[in-house]
Amino acid sequence: MKTKVLSAVSAVAILSATFASAEPSAEVLHYWTSGGEAKSVAVLQKEFADNGGTWTDMPVAGGGGDAAMTALRARVLSGNAPTAVQLKGPAIQEWYEEGVLADISDVAEAENWAKVLPASIADHMKCEGNWCAAPVNVHRVDWIWANADVLKANDIEMPTTWDEFNAAAEKLQAAGVIPLAHGGQAWQDATVFEAVALGILGPDGFRKAFVELDEATLTSDEMKAVFDQMRKMRGYVDENFPGRDWNLATAMVMNGEAAFQIMGDWAKGEFLAAGKAPGEDFLCASTPGDGFLYNVDSFAMFDVDGDDKKAGQQLLAKLIVGKNFQKVFNLNKGSIPARTDVALDEFDQCADLSAKDMQASSDSGALLPSYAHGMALRGAQAGAITDVVTSHFNSDMSSEDAVQQLLTAVQNSM
Amino acid sequence: MSKWLEEHLPKVVLAPSFIAVLVFVYGFIIWTAWVSLTRSKLLPKYDIEGFIQYDRLFAAPRWDVAMNNLFIFGTLFIAISMVLGLMLAILLDQNIRTEGAIRTIYLYPMALSMIVTGTAWKWILNPGLGLEATVQGWGFETFTFNWLVDPDKAIYTIVLAAIWQSSGFVMALFLAGLRSVDTEIIRAAQVDGIPTWRVYTAIIIPSMAPIFLSAFIVLAHLAIKSFDLVIALTGGGPGFATDLPATYMYAMAFSRGDIGQAASSAMIMMGVVFTIVVPYLYSELRAKND
Amino acid sequence: MTDFAIDTPRSQSRTLRIGLRWLLYVILGLFALYYLLPLFVMITTSLKSLEEIRTGDLMALPREVTFDAWRTAWSKACTGIQCNGVKPYFWNSVLIAVPAVLISTLLGAMNGYVVAHWKFKGANIFFALMLFGCFIPFQVVLLPMARVLGFMGIAGTIPGLIFVHVIYGLGFTTLFFRNYYVTIPAELSKAAKVDGAGFFRIFWSIFLPLSLPIIVVSVIWQFTQIWNDFLFGVSFSQSGTQPITVALNNIVNSTTGVKEYNVDMAAAIIAALPTLLVYVVAGKYFIRGLTAGSVKG
Repeated sequence: MKTKVLSAVSAVAILSATFASAEPSAEVLHYWTSGGEAKSVAVLQKEFADNGGTWTDMPVAGGGGDAAMTALRARVLSGNAPTAVQLKGPAIQEWYEEGVLADISDVAEAENWAKVLPASIADHMKCEGNWCAAPVNVHRVDWIWANADVLKANDIEMPTTWDEFNAAAEKLQAAGVIPLAHGGQAWQDATVFEAVALGILGPDGFRKAFVELDEATLTSDEMKAVFDQMRKMRGYVDENFPGRDWNLATAMVMNGEAAFQIMGDWAKGEFLAAGKAPGEDFLCASTPGDGFLYNVDSFAMFDVDGDDKKAGQQLLAKLIVGKNFQKVFNLNKGSIPARTDVALDEFDQCADLSAKDMQASSDSGALLPSYAHGMALRGAQAGAITDVVTSHFNSDMSSEDAVQQLLTAVQNSM
Repeated sequence: MSKWLEEHLPKVVLAPSFIAVLVFVYGFIIWTAWVSLTRSKLLPKYDIEGFIQYDRLFAAPRWDVAMNNLFIFGTLFIAISMVLGLMLAILLDQNIRTEGAIRTIYLYPMALSMIVTGTAWKWILNPGLGLEATVQGWGFETFTFNWLVDPDKAIYTIVLAAIWQSSGFVMALFLAGLRSVDTEIIRAAQVDGIPTWRVYTAIIIPSMAPIFLSAFIVLAHLAIKSFDLVIALTGGGPGFATDLPATYMYAMAFSRGDIGQAASSAMIMMGVVFTIVVPYLYSELRAKND
Repeated sequence: MTDFAIDTPRSQSRTLRIGLRWLLYVILGLFALYYLLPLFVMITTSLKSLEEIRTGDLMALPREVTFDAWRTAWSKACTGIQCNGVKPYFWNSVLIAVPAVLISTLLGAMNGYVVAHWKFKGANIFFALMLFGCFIPFQVVLLPMARVLGFMGIAGTIPGLIFVHVIYGLGFTTLFFRNYYVTIPAELSKAAKVDGAGFFRIFWSIFLPLSLPIIVVSVIWQFTQIWNDFLFGVSFSQSGTQPITVALNNIVNSTTGVKEYNVDMAAAIIAALPTLLVYVVAGKYFIRGLTAGSVKG
């Protein structure tokens, strides 16, 4: 009996592992540990197991992946790299340059990734022409969330320009409502900043400033205008914002204490978890201005020994970009699939809007990486910009000083 | 052979620890010094480029803030913990009936890591959630306690939480010191009619000089390594107003992939440690040799 | 016990003395409140339902006491894909902390014994080097240590973590024992040497029996440091060997998920129970150990 079961199991494994003879296994380092996120990634583990794979979980939360990256460095240096790692943005290429990433072009070509992924997102997954990472989702960062009742009570429409936003904010303030729910943590300051920058600089200006680090754009009058608007935003938040977690800010919008929040679409998960309906209880819209800022989570495969692990990497890459996982995962997580050929029937209206805008901005060249979430720049440069943004937001620094500091900080970070 | 072993046994016993310290402390310091002279980014590299990382470090406004904060934090934390610890020890030494319980209450914060207590402190110090809101709720509308959200004062909340964590330990050190002072001298002084406060200032406290030094070393070591505290309480904010050298170094090394920069900041930190610890070691060991 | 304080000069009136006594207790009580406040917030929050935390005052007592959060934190909270709470990690921490504490204490005792009573040329320099080692910021050693652990073949294992904790605990344990043994009269070991007792015999039969107080100090200090360590735990572990602080961090510090503060707090208290217990039970010996001379320098 026992041998029968064993042979049946190995038969399944051999059948499923068409590209390698060893039984696939993977140790996966990721920072999705909380309820909803963990459930989303558990979907992947289940598919992996259904295909005969053995998944070893290595979760490390904290600081938006900082602690996970600390663990990753130690693991790589000790010659004991995890099989697959949650990595994103230019960090993928940085790790590739250190010579520790595996090439997964076989899977990517067999699965036709080049066809199903938007070009600018596909570029993030390539290292010197080879595929080296698999995208999981697309989070849009430049969202503005609002409490529907509060807007109605004060006779306010969703703003489409920053002037409209300012007018609405002043009206709300007069009515005793906090206009903007915000948490004073550096990454949240940067999130608001980049939404404002996208609106004021426009997609081209944004690319010049935060992808190409063009010095003329960084010190331009438009950039000063961005900091001017940030100074106004500072006036629209309540006094107790420093250190507040983003989800507490979302709760302020939910219970009507505040009207707006600027935050990526993971905020939607908080609204839904509290039983709020999009379009009725809360509203979602892109922040004023054109363009689309994306934050794409992805997994990179590290160079490891052992056929079982290599088979695991191939299988994992295939499943991650597979249609089923892309749908189920993103339904759970509040984001949209990275591949463009997934039916969105089951998604809500915010996700629909996101998908439509992604397609449109991809066509017009306005699909841009989020600097605040480590998609546009390497850590040192992004960090240097954030230092200036957060120190401007939390002091009475003038916009002139801010752009000057921005330039020196960027130069100093090279 | 056995005679040789007999003679050298003490050294043989020390050898493993000696080698370990040599490699894992001093070897690593040399390694760090080397890396601080390179352009290491994500992972360490070993091509020496000169003092570029130090130039970058001294040009970064954030590093100035961090060093300034270390100075403010270190001074206040060490001074207040010492004074408070001594005061509590003296108060607790007056034949308090519930001494055991009170001592445990004062001492327990040392047992908790800041990952654990950080959230609680964050709430207590937050004006909208914690102390300010509660006291205002009792009817004292004008009560304000908003240091946490004020960039100029946030560093003091770090001091407050750090004192909470360590002053009980200092109290224990001093209490032990008070208990080991020779009671005969004190009795004699009292028979002579010297008032109690004079007994403390003239006899007891001066006799505890070594304890002040020990407390100072423990506190200085905690101040320089303070990291969890800042991460849990303010995350370095508002802005980077509560950054310390240890958090700066961690941010550079692990969130920003700028290991060369992190190594140079580590070397400066080590320099600070050196200037504090070496005089102590010198006085300590010289006294013992006399 | 220095009970001289009650023998205040007779010129002070009785009422004044009683008044001062009251003042003393009030001051001590106020400080007790300061020290207890965070624990109070943690415990009350862990006993509330999530609904009550969202709507109510964070500093208030729970309207309805529930132990659900504790159950969840111990065996059901998600720390990743697995939702088995902090229980499995708890035992990892025990497996790391107990051997690391014992080994570093034993080595510290031997080192302290040699430095204090078998003085040889360079012993003081050894001690100075050791002491300076206490101050090295741990962030500095992470990367080279990772290399070394990989080289030794114990990267990601529990022995690897024990090794790291022993190495960086040696400075303090040596300091404790050396300062303690310095106060033991040299005549004692000299007499034993004359009687023909060897190095280890003197240690076992004379020094060790006298060492209980300082062993308590060393064990408490090391246990607290190792149990609460996060940085080494997160860097030098892999799945299956992660200590409880990493699990706690995974529960508390999720970035984009819904926060369950009651579970966070319950998990935090569970993680802290062993160290709290050690302080409560051994606290008395701790003071006694310190009194016995460890800090006299």
